[in-house]
Amino acid sequence: MSLASVDLGSSALAGVPKADRPQKAKDFKTDQEVRWCPGCGDYVILAAVQGFLPELGLRRENIVFVSGIGCSSRFPYYMNTYGLHSIHGRAPAIASGLAVSRPDLSVWVVTGDGDALSIGGNHLIHALRRNVNLKILLFNNRIYGLTKGQYSPTSEIGKITKSTPLGSLDYPFNPVSIALGAEATFVARTIDSDRSHLSSVLRAAAEHEGTALVEIYQNCNIFNDGAFDLLKQTETRAQWLIPLTHGEPIRFGADGSQCVVRDGTGELAIAATAAVNPRDIVVHDAQADTPSLAFSLSRLSTQDLRHTPVGVFRSVQRPTYDRLMADQIAQAELTGDADLGALLRGNDSWTMPATPSE
Amino acid sequence: MAKQVQQLDRVVIRFAGDSGDGMQLAGDQFTSETAIFGNDLSTLPNFPAEIRAPAGTLPGVSSFQLHFADHQITTPGDAPDVLVAMNPAALKANLPDLPAGRDIIVNTDEFGERNLAKVGYRSSPLDGAELASWRVHQVPLTSMTIEALKDTGLGKKDAARAKNMFALGLLSWMYHRPTDGTLRFLERKFAKQPQVAAANVAAFRAGWNYGETTESFAVSYEVKPASMAPGDYRNISGNLALSYGLIAASRQSGLPLFLGAYPITPASDILHELSKHKSFGVRTFQAEDEIAGIGAALGAAFGGALAVTTTSGPGIALKAETIGLAVSLELPLVVCNIQRGGPSTGLPTKTEQTDLLQAMFGRNGEAPVPIVAPRSPVDCFDAAIEAVRIALTYRTPVFLLSDGYLANGSEPWLLPDLSDLPDLSPDFAVATERPFLPYERNPETLARPWAIPGTAGLEHRIGGLEKADQTGEISYDPANHEVMVRLRQSKVDRIAQSIPPLHVDDPSGAARALVLGWGSTYGVIDAACHRVRRRGIPVAQAHLRHLNPFPSDLGDLLRRYDRVILPELNLGQLALLLRARYLVDVVGINQVRGMPFRAADLEEELWTILQGAAT
Repeated sequence: MSLASVDLGSSALAGVPKADRPQKAKDFKTDQEVRWCPGCGDYVILAAVQGFLPELGLRRENIVFVSGIGCSSRFPYYMNTYGLHSIHGRAPAIASGLAVSRPDLSVWVVTGDGDALSIGGNHLIHALRRNVNLKILLFNNRIYGLTKGQYSPTSEIGKITKSTPLGSLDYPFNPVSIALGAEATFVARTIDSDRSHLSSVLRAAAEHEGTALVEIYQNCNIFNDGAFDLLKQTETRAQWLIPLTHGEPIRFGADGSQCVVRDGTGELAIAATAAVNPRDIVVHDAQADTPSLAFSLSRLSTQDLRHTPVGVFRSVQRPTYDRLMADQIAQAELTGDADLGALLRGNDSWTMPATPSE
Repeated sequence: MAKQVQQLDRVVIRFAGDSGDGMQLAGDQFTSETAIFGNDLSTLPNFPAEIRAPAGTLPGVSSFQLHFADHQITTPGDAPDVLVAMNPAALKANLPDLPAGRDIIVNTDEFGERNLAKVGYRSSPLDGAELASWRVHQVPLTSMTIEALKDTGLGKKDAARAKNMFALGLLSWMYHRPTDGTLRFLERKFAKQPQVAAANVAAFRAGWNYGETTESFAVSYEVKPASMAPGDYRNISGNLALSYGLIAASRQSGLPLFLGAYPITPASDILHELSKHKSFGVRTFQAEDEIAGIGAALGAAFGGALAVTTTSGPGIALKAETIGLAVSLELPLVVCNIQRGGPSTGLPTKTEQTDLLQAMFGRNGEAPVPIVAPRSPVDCFDAAIEAVRIALTYRTPVFLLSDGYLANGSEPWLLPDLSDLPDLSPDFAVATERPFLPYERNPETLARPWAIPGTAGLEHRIGGLEKADQTGEISYDPANHEVMVRLRQSKVDRIAQSIPPLHVDDPSGAARALVLGWGSTYGVIDAACHRVRRRGIPVAQAHLRHLNPFPSDLGDLLRRYDRVILPELNLGQLALLLRARYLVDVVGINQVRGMPFRAADLEEELWTILQGAAT
C-alpha cells in the first residue's frame, strides 16, 4: 500500500468513495450564474470550498450540500455536487435523515445566522448533540439579508435596522458558545477574508467524524457592511483577534504581546505577555474531554467583537449517531432473520380449515 | 351439578376500571383467546389521555370493549351484554351504555365510602334499587385475588394488582375461552419475574374456578366459531397492521425503510413497532420535533430510502411546510396521520375524521397531495402498501389517513400470501448519453426521475423555489409557473387512472339511495345498511379508500342515485368536497363525540332520512 492511498485517519470520509482521478476547483463549479450581491462575502467562501474540496478527493456524486433559506442557502446551486435547497431552518434535520440513511455520502449543511439560530435553533442544537456525520457551515453576517435588513439573533444589542428603528432589544447569541453548550464534538470559527485560515478550518471539519460546526464571519456589504472590520483591518486585527492552535500557549497581538491567562477566580482574562509568567499562559486544548475551556474562550469576545478567538475551539471523538445506528442494524441483521412471513404471522396465529368442523 | 350452558350467536363485553387496573391488558388477552377460538371479533379500547388520572375518579376510567360472534361482524358493538366494573367510577361511567337486563360484574371490594364519594354516590348503588334493572353479580374480586395469592409471598398490594387476571379468568370461564394462550402469554410477559408470573397465573385460575363453583353464575355461554374463509389468521390492530404494511412495502420496493417521527398519541405505537425491526433494515429516527421528523424523512427520501413520517393532526400542522417542500421536490414520502379529536390538542386518545380538509388543503400554494384512507384495522396493511405504491410511482408525498379507532381497534386478519404483494420497484434514474433533466416527466404518470446521490453524472440541485420545467433550474417566469402548477396537479389527477372502480354493495339492485363513507366508518356503515335493508328499504353502500384523487367513476356513481347519504365523524368534510366537485346534494350524518358511530344510531338516522325520501 502506498502512502498516498492511506486514509489520513479521517474516519469521517472513510466510507465515502474516492474519485478515480485528481479534481480541480472548476470541477465543483456549476453553470448557474451566481446571484449574490457583488462584493458579498459569500463569494469568497464559495471559492474556498470549491478550492479545498479537490484535496479531499471524494467523488462529486457522493457529496451533498443541503441548505435552508437565506442568502447563504443559495450555496448548493453553485456546487456541482448533489444539492438540496430546503426550507427555513430545517437543513440540519433534513441533512440528518440523509446522512443517517446514507453513510457513503459526505453531507454538508450551509446555513446563516437567522436560518440556524433563529427559526432553526432547535434543529441545530439537536444535530450537534446527536453527533450525526454532518459539516455545518454557519455564515454569520449578523443581519437578515434576503429579507432586506432586519436584525438577526447574532446582531449586537441596540442595532438600528428596519425592524428596530430605535435599536434592537434582544441579547444576541454567540454561535460558538451555543454549539459548545450543546456539546458539539467539533466547533470552529473563521473569517471570510482569510482564505487560508478558512480552508484549513474547513479541512479539519471535513476530516472530523461527527457533527462539525464552523462559524464563518461573513460580510454583508449591503445591509451590515464592515461588521467584522475590527477583525479584518490591519490596524485593529492584531489587537482583537486571538488565533487558537491546539497545544500552543494562547498569545496574540503584535509579536504575541498579549496572552490569555486565568485570573484569581479561574476565569479567563487577557494580560500583557511581558507581565506574566510564561507558565501561566493558558495552553489551548481543543481535545479536552469537557468543553469548559473552549466555552470560556468563546466567552472572551464581546458583542463588539473585541477579543475574538478564531480557529478550532473543540475537536473530540464521540461515537456518531449514524455509525451507532448502522451498528445496531448490522447487529440485528446478524442475529435476527428478516422473515416477513414469520413477522406477519406472529405468535398467536390459527388456521381456519377449508371445511369448518362442528 | 353441571351448570347450564346457553348458546349465543354474538356477545359484547366491556372491561372497565381505573387506568391502573390493567383493563386494556385483560381486554387484549380475552381478545387473543377469542381470536384463537375462531370467533369473528372487533375491539374498541377507550382510555383517558392521562397516564394515571387520580385513582377512582371518572376521568380515570379506562375500558376495553370486545364484540365476538359466530358470524362475520364489522363493528365493536353498540352496547355491552356484560359490563365488568372494577370500581364505582367504572360503573357510573359505563352504566348509561348498558341496556336493561344485561349483566354487570362488580368488584365489591372497591365500593367503600371513599371510592363512592369520589364519583358522587351518597350510598352504594349495590345496596339500593338503583341497579334493579340489571343482573348484578357482586364479586369481591380484590379480596379473592389476595386470598388466592396468599401463598405466593407477594404483599397484599402487589397481589391485588393481579385482580384483572382474576376478572379475565372469570370471563374466560363464562364464555368457554381457551386458556392456554393466556397462560403462555403470562409466562412470556413476566419471564424475568417468575413470582409475578406465577401470581398472575394463580389469579387467572382462581377467577376461572370461581366461575365454575360459585352459585352467583348459574349459566355459562358458548359462541361457536365463525365460519370464515379458510386460511391462516391472526388478530391485529390497525397501528400494527400499518407498521407491517410499511415493512412489507420496504421489501417489495427493495428500499430501506426510514421513519422520522416524534412521539404523539395515537401514532407512537408505529414508531415503537418499527423500532423493533432493525433486522429488516428499518431505521427509526426519533426527532427533536414533528418538523424534524418529517425533515429527516424527506432527507432520507432524497437519498433513496422508503421515507415515512407518522403523527396525528397537531403534528401535521407542524409538518405542513415540509409537505409543501416534498410536493415541490416531487420526492416519495408517506405521511401517516392517525387522526384524533381536535382542534388543537383536542382529544388525544379519541377518534375523529376531522383532518381530511387539512390533508387536502393544509398547505400554502397549490400543493396537491394524494390521500389514502384504510377502512378497518386489517386494511391498514393494504392501505399502507397502496400509499407507498402511489408515493413511489408518482414521486409525491402521500397522506395515509388512519384514526384512533383503527389504530387501537383489532380484528382477525387472514394472512396475505406474500407472493400476491405488488412489485414496488422504484426505478431509479441512471445516467444516459443525454444531459440529465431532473424535471423531465414520464409521459404516462408525469412522474419525474428519482436520481439519488452516489449516481455519477446525475448531480443536480433542487429546492423549494419554483423550478423550470424539465431542467429544474430556478425560474420565476410567469408562464413556467403556470405550467408547473398545472403539471403537479395533473400528476396527482392521473393517479385516478391507477385506481380500481368502486365496489357498490346493493344486494337487491333496487336501491335509490347510496350510503357513501370513507375510512374507519366502513364497518359500522356496513352494519347499519344491513339493518336498514332488513327493515325493508333497499340501500346501496360504497366506500372510498382514495380521497385524492377520487376514483374516476365516483361522479357517475353519485349521480346514479336519488340520494347520497354520507356519515362522517366530522361536520361534513368529505361532503363539502363531493358537493364542490360533483354538484351532488350529499346529505351528511355527522358525529363528533370522539367515538365511532354506533350501528343502532346510524341505522335510525339512515332510516329517518330514507323514509323521508320515500314519502
